[in-house]
Amino acid sequence: MSATQAATPRKGRARKIPRQHIDRRGQEISGWLFCLPMIVILGVFMFVPILMALWVSVSDWTGRGTPFGGNVSFVGAENYTDVLAKPGLAQSDFGTALRNNAWYTLIVVPLQTLLSLALAVMLNRKILKARGFFRTAFYFPSVTSSVAITVLWLFLFNAAGPINAMLKWFGVNGPNWFNDPQGIIHIFLGALGVKNGPAVLTEHSFLGVSAWDWLAGPSVAMFAIILMVIFTTSGTYMLMFIAALQSIGEATEEAAIMDGATPWQRMWKVTVPQLKPTIFTVVTLGIIGTWQVFDQIYTGTQGGPAKTTLTTAYLSYSAAFNSQEWGRGAAISFILFVIIIVMTWIQRWVMKDKKMSRRKRAEYEAMKAEARSMTKSEVMSLGASRSGKHAAAATATATVAGKE
Amino acid sequence: MRNRNKLTMITAASVAVLTLLAGCGGGSGFDDNASSDKPTSDSSQELTVLIGSSGDTETKAVKDAVAAWSEKSGTKATVQVANDLAQQLSQGFAGGDPADVFYLAPEQLAGHASNGSLLAYGDQLKNKSDFYDNLLQTFTYDGKLYAAPKDVSTLQLVINTDMWSEAGLTDADYPTTWDELADVAKKLTNDDHVGLAFNGEYARIGVFLKQAGGGLVSDDGSKAIANTDESLKGLTEVKDLLDTGTVKYASDLGTGWGGEAFGSKKAAMTIEGNWITGGLSADYPDVKYKVVALPEGPAGKGTMHFTNGWGIAADSKNQQGAIDLVEYLTSDDVVMGFAKAFGIMPATKTLADTWKGEFPDLSAFMDGLDYSVTVPTAKGAADVVTDFNAQLEGLKTGDPKTILDKTQTNLEAILK
Repeated sequence: MSATQAATPRKGRARKIPRQHIDRRGQEISGWLFCLPMIVILGVFMFVPILMALWVSVSDWTGRGTPFGGNVSFVGAENYTDVLAKPGLAQSDFGTALRNNAWYTLIVVPLQTLLSLALAVMLNRKILKARGFFRTAFYFPSVTSSVAITVLWLFLFNAAGPINAMLKWFGVNGPNWFNDPQGIIHIFLGALGVKNGPAVLTEHSFLGVSAWDWLAGPSVAMFAIILMVIFTTSGTYMLMFIAALQSIGEATEEAAIMDGATPWQRMWKVTVPQLKPTIFTVVTLGIIGTWQVFDQIYTGTQGGPAKTTLTTAYLSYSAAFNSQEWGRGAAISFILFVIIIVMTWIQRWVMKDKKMSRRKRAEYEAMKAEARSMTKSEVMSLGASRSGKHAAAATATATVAGKE
Repeated sequence: MRNRNKLTMITAASVAVLTLLAGCGGGSGFDDNASSDKPTSDSSQELTVLIGSSGDTETKAVKDAVAAWSEKSGTKATVQVANDLAQQLSQGFAGGDPADVFYLAPEQLAGHASNGSLLAYGDQLKNKSDFYDNLLQTFTYDGKLYAAPKDVSTLQLVINTDMWSEAGLTDADYPTTWDELADVAKKLTNDDHVGLAFNGEYARIGVFLKQAGGGLVSDDGSKAIANTDESLKGLTEVKDLLDTGTVKYASDLGTGWGGEAFGSKKAAMTIEGNWITGGLSADYPDVKYKVVALPEGPAGKGTMHFTNGWGIAADSKNQQGAIDLVEYLTSDDVVMGFAKAFGIMPATKTLADTWKGEFPDLSAFMDGLDYSVTVPTAKGAADVVTDFNAQLEGLKTGDPKTILDKTQTNLEAILK
């Protein structure tokens, strides 16, 4: 690549002075040589392991010696059908993990995006004192080890822990957080008197989990983990939003103020649309990160209580290392890979700039034409009439106030 | 033209990397040497012992014992403490370079034995006849003995004697039937603590299934009996106890396990194994307690035992040395040393009376071995038990019959 860029502008001169002929081949080779360490490292630690895992996922490797040995054979899609199609424990475990993970993603991604955006907007204000302090404080959880945070969380959310003690001040009897397997939607419905789901929901099942259980919502234990993850990750995304906000510049903001937009309008109609690329990045990273959640589960709950914090990545690990079902573990991780790709792709499609409808386009063109045809004095009078209106409104308000 | 060059280069690079890796893969020492009957005995090879330790005392005791053996035999041996034993073992087997000797949990046996990772050294073990038969059965897979039991634990009823006398109960009141258990649990419950607390998992609740004549699998492990009437009777009894409010899961009291609930005085009784003595003396030295046999159910006495064995890797370069080491580590003197150091219970019949003489207060645990069952050890059983445990957490609001039916289906699938 660099070879072309360097070569093109000099082409003209090269004809006149033949001695300066550029050895393209040599450049290309040295380019490859420079890239080689990275290619080898990526190959050895990423590309080849992925291929190996792909092979394991379609083999009957039992976890002893190399998976390429003579007594390991190809079993086709058996490991995949075990978790996807064949009724049994493997399938219902996968269904449970998928359900837990889907709820987790559904709640974490929007909340962490909104929270980090809110924090960034607040910290971007000039009038705020000690901005540096707050930035550090909010970013701190992100740089702390997730293991340390998990241990802290287990302590905070203990049945007799500080969180429940605090809830008691308000007369709330806190739940037994990390030991409560009830789904929060089920709890909510239970409070309304719906203890058992309608037959339509309990009788139909997908991946060995009944529709009623799919709709259970995250368990109380999972909810505690959701809170933890939002707490730790929003700092990172806040940093991204701050960077984006600072690159926007003040001109549009000032223009919006001049046009009389309220702060709320400026936020949603002016700032947020300009942050769209960053929002896209944050949401994409969020989706990928939430589908891959592992350390919090491994150090915290190990899937319990009642498998309600079992996630797809943790299930893949435990199938391989604890149950010696290496093929199944690899198959689960590839299904997870496909899920992430599909989710990201859907999200990209949703956030894509849509084409303007024909009517809207015509309106917009008409508006532009009108503005262009106006003379300078007309534009000036437009401003005057508007401020006049404002003045009138202000007088009216004053009158009303005076009457009261 | 240049594009084609690029393509060639990429292909060449990929091929080179792949060849490199294939070379690595092929050379990772995978040879089919399991067919030879004679154990390898390269005594110049240092032995590695991988253990999952309960704490510093256990680590030190094992290290000292292994060092003593090293001195005696002249073979070097080192002890490594695993953070996550199951994962580190699997990693070793997959990499072809496992530890020589290691702690082996029964639920891991089937997985590792079926793929040939373990050495079936049972027949070469000189002190094989000393062990309890039901413990040897636990480590037998496909008719071959894969591990010597390291120690054993059983579950019994642990009672806080202060709370016991406070409730006006005497030595004559130790419960011998389910009704009496429910009765004393009620008497022992007050505003500060409940009568009985235990972990909401198969490894505790299983005693009730056994006392009712049920369980998860038949004694020889070949048939699933999870949804028989007997098992159902046992699980229904647990649900009834939980419904009274005088019996609770340890997790519902905000504690991690029965021992913690008992030690922190949130429960007057618990169902735990002999490991509780270590925990209580370390964390709750002021709690006075007594261990009595669990009450009888409709089918008589019943409890569960848990054991751990010494496994040897099939890939070990010095299998003979490893067998010698295991024989030494399971010899009477060493085991009694371990018992005194970190409170284990010996797995050999020869030591039963010595141990009871040494720890008379805990003799109920040793007596339990006469009527105890173990956890199912078939391949995949650990997943079934995990699933059963998950359902048991919802026992209070769930239906025992549904729980057992699902477990029965899961067990039948793996026992086929």
